[in-house]
Amino acid sequence: MKIRIKFRKYGAMKFVGHLDMMRYFQKAMRRAEIAICYSEGFSPHQIMSFAAPLGVGVTSDGEYLDIEVGASKTSGDAIRDLNAVMADGVEITGYQKLPDNAKTAMSVVAAADYDLFYKEGYHVPASVEQFEEGIEAFFVRPSEVLVTKATKKSEKTMDLKKLVYDFRIRVEDGRPVFYLLLSTGSVDNVKPELVFEALLASMGLVFEADAVQIHRRDVYAARALKADDGFRFCSLGEMGEMV
Amino acid sequence: MELQEKTAPEPSRKLHENPDKKRKLALSDKILLRVEKPARYIGGEVNAVMKDPSEVDIRFAFCFPDVYEIGMSHLGIQILYDMFNRREDVWCERVYSPWPDLHRVMKEENIPLFALESQQPVRQMDFLGITLQYEMCYTNILQILDLSGIPLSASGRGERDPIVIGGGPCAYNPEPIAEFFDLFYIGEGETQYDALFDLYKKMRSEGAGRKAFLRQAAGIPGIYVPSLYEAVYRGDGTIAQFHPIEEGVPGTVRKQVVTDMERAVCPERPVVPFLKATQDRVVLEIQRGCIRGCRFCQAGMIYRPVREKSVERLKELAVTMLKSTGHEEISLSSLSSSDYSGLDRLVTFLVEECRKSGVNISLPSLRIDAFSLDVMSKVQDVRKSSLTFAPEAGSQRLRDVINKGLTEEVILDGAQMAFEGGWNKVKFYFMLGLPTETEEDMRAIARLADETAARYYETVPKEKRNGRCQITISTSFFVPKPFTPFQWARMYPPEDYIGRAKIVNNAVKEQLNRKSIRYNWHEADVAVLEGVFARGDRRVGAVIRRAYEKGAIFDAWSEFFDYGRWTEAFAECGVDPDFYVMRERGLDEIFPWDFIDAGVKKEFLKREWKRAMEGVVTPNCRMQCQGCGANQFGGGVCYENQD
Repeated sequence: MKIRIKFRKYGAMKFVGHLDMMRYFQKAMRRAEIAICYSEGFSPHQIMSFAAPLGVGVTSDGEYLDIEVGASKTSGDAIRDLNAVMADGVEITGYQKLPDNAKTAMSVVAAADYDLFYKEGYHVPASVEQFEEGIEAFFVRPSEVLVTKATKKSEKTMDLKKLVYDFRIRVEDGRPVFYLLLSTGSVDNVKPELVFEALLASMGLVFEADAVQIHRRDVYAARALKADDGFRFCSLGEMGEMV
Repeated sequence: MELQEKTAPEPSRKLHENPDKKRKLALSDKILLRVEKPARYIGGEVNAVMKDPSEVDIRFAFCFPDVYEIGMSHLGIQILYDMFNRREDVWCERVYSPWPDLHRVMKEENIPLFALESQQPVRQMDFLGITLQYEMCYTNILQILDLSGIPLSASGRGERDPIVIGGGPCAYNPEPIAEFFDLFYIGEGETQYDALFDLYKKMRSEGAGRKAFLRQAAGIPGIYVPSLYEAVYRGDGTIAQFHPIEEGVPGTVRKQVVTDMERAVCPERPVVPFLKATQDRVVLEIQRGCIRGCRFCQAGMIYRPVREKSVERLKELAVTMLKSTGHEEISLSSLSSSDYSGLDRLVTFLVEECRKSGVNISLPSLRIDAFSLDVMSKVQDVRKSSLTFAPEAGSQRLRDVINKGLTEEVILDGAQMAFEGGWNKVKFYFMLGLPTETEEDMRAIARLADETAARYYETVPKEKRNGRCQITISTSFFVPKPFTPFQWARMYPPEDYIGRAKIVNNAVKEQLNRKSIRYNWHEADVAVLEGVFARGDRRVGAVIRRAYEKGAIFDAWSEFFDYGRWTEAFAECGVDPDFYVMRERGLDEIFPWDFIDAGVKKEFLKREWKRAMEGVVTPNCRMQCQGCGANQFGGGVCYENQD
């Protein structure tokens, strides 16, 4: 049976990297006595895969991992048992059964959305109005927004106009919060810091990585719409059903 | 393709609010995002113990002076962490050495060292306990004190500084680092810490000061307060006298041991690190001590007598610990697992239990024989794993000198059985520079490897071979340790050691099966320094301090070790390292550690030293009691079969 687990990652846990999170969940499955399936062979490993790796320092309300289980507890019991063995800073918020033919979270990821904001104690380098104007000039008005990102071997030029699906600003506690909905996954993966750094550069400002908290809100798959040839984003947490 | 408009985002929750409010990290995001592996410094791991500081009487910071991944793998701290935290009035937390990258930042920005659980400064604690597992961590002790803002010398500490305690194997000669500690705990921590804590609480409530507390603590069995003792030296540099300077302070400090292993504390909920620690598994301690009596081995002497846990208790613990940690591997821990009397029953149980739940078993320190090979073939991939032999010396003559019972026949037969079972990788561990070693002994290392390889080609027919066999030889340089029969032995200059390694290396090249043999040897200068620390006296402390001031930390890590810095430090302090290592010591010499009663008596060690020189082996504890002195503790192997 395929199961999709949704979790939040916050607080000090943002310093635990992706590979360590995978090891963390392997042990958590044992502690919570989830009847997870193992691969064959001499060193069997748990059948488990993550949707989209989260960078060190980034918090999230919408992380996903898919597992395969022999028999399942009810969603409520599984969430309770898992949360009973979590470290502070990881909270299980969903446990759903997927259709048997469902593709893994990793392979269906198409987008993710983020909030970016200046951390407490850090100077916000421009006013909300200046940022609004900056986004207009950098992103909304141009017909293409080309940025280059360094990959392992070479540089890649991307048009953010096609890969940033939403970019707006709102105000919370008098401070700007930037919202980004970005193409994510193995083909066109856009990182939020890349977009934000490009915005700041267009405004003549410098991006300081540790001044800005990046918070992932959710991760989405693309679902085709029947009526036309458009598509809509569907949260990875809404593709299964409760057990 | 057209994107359907998403509705405007609403705040999902208050973004600036930290739901994890209880713990504010000691280091800023800026620092944590800049250093390697920030998860070393955040605490909050599964099974880490959190308490309310206002509800405890004693704050204890327990430190392993090396990097987190090493320190977290140490069983001793886990045991005491569990035991201390069972007390409602104590909160025990963990501290490890900040890696050099963070060390630099903390020095630059004046950030005090903190305990992982509370993230509060170590200096605010009542006690700082430092475990002393190997000599090359000594500069890291100074790093810990320095970053904590605690004066390096115990004599410079005031009422607001924590009481700094040392314990562990290196505490059996605490003298080179004596000035940095307020007290040492000699022996197994399970026995006297309660008394120490109770005394501390009582005296504090009476308003007593630091000095008065230390004076009283010196009366607790196993507690050594260095400031209450004095060493007087002879003109030749050896010790003339070592004695307490106050009336009523005991002249001898007796090692403390657990006599009832059945009821001894065992951590049922060990902390599970986020990072991959060296021991990323459940470690099940099956017994303490070793019956073998290898003459170079300090652990084999200071952990006497052998005490076993029952199979029933171990089964229960294994199940509990696997459940509470979620680890996917379990490992048996002891100095010589093959000597554990219930091994067969325990391993059979674990193999069954672990098969059900996909848990791996690792079995270090097992003698290679039919039983262990059968077990190993069930729990590991034969093609990938290698088998390990530790003959320690190449020739039978020298193995008799060191009392390592392993014979060439046993090694070769074991290897042959392994080859027949499908293994083709064998590792050998040897020491160079052992007492009485000759060139012939060194060359015998290469020959033993060659004969092992020959067995493979004789035993396994061509069509069944999985390529060549791979024999790996590793040699380290022998360092004499206190409380061993070799505590009188001398060492040799680094160039001499390298010469010995070259002899082995050349001999390997002459062997018929040289293409199947690989040879690695360890650094020589670090071994000599380890020797100075192992058998040094109080005068060595100044050198350690000077080397730290020159930037020495993480000396156990070859990438940070700088011998030149140490040579300078010795010269500047006017201390001659050769005095401690390059002479064979007289049988009447007073050693810096003679005031410690480790169970084994000096007379026994002398007897063993003489037998070594004669090349006579001594039977193990189960075959025949040698009257070493460990029976004074009233338990363990000394009293087996005596009902």
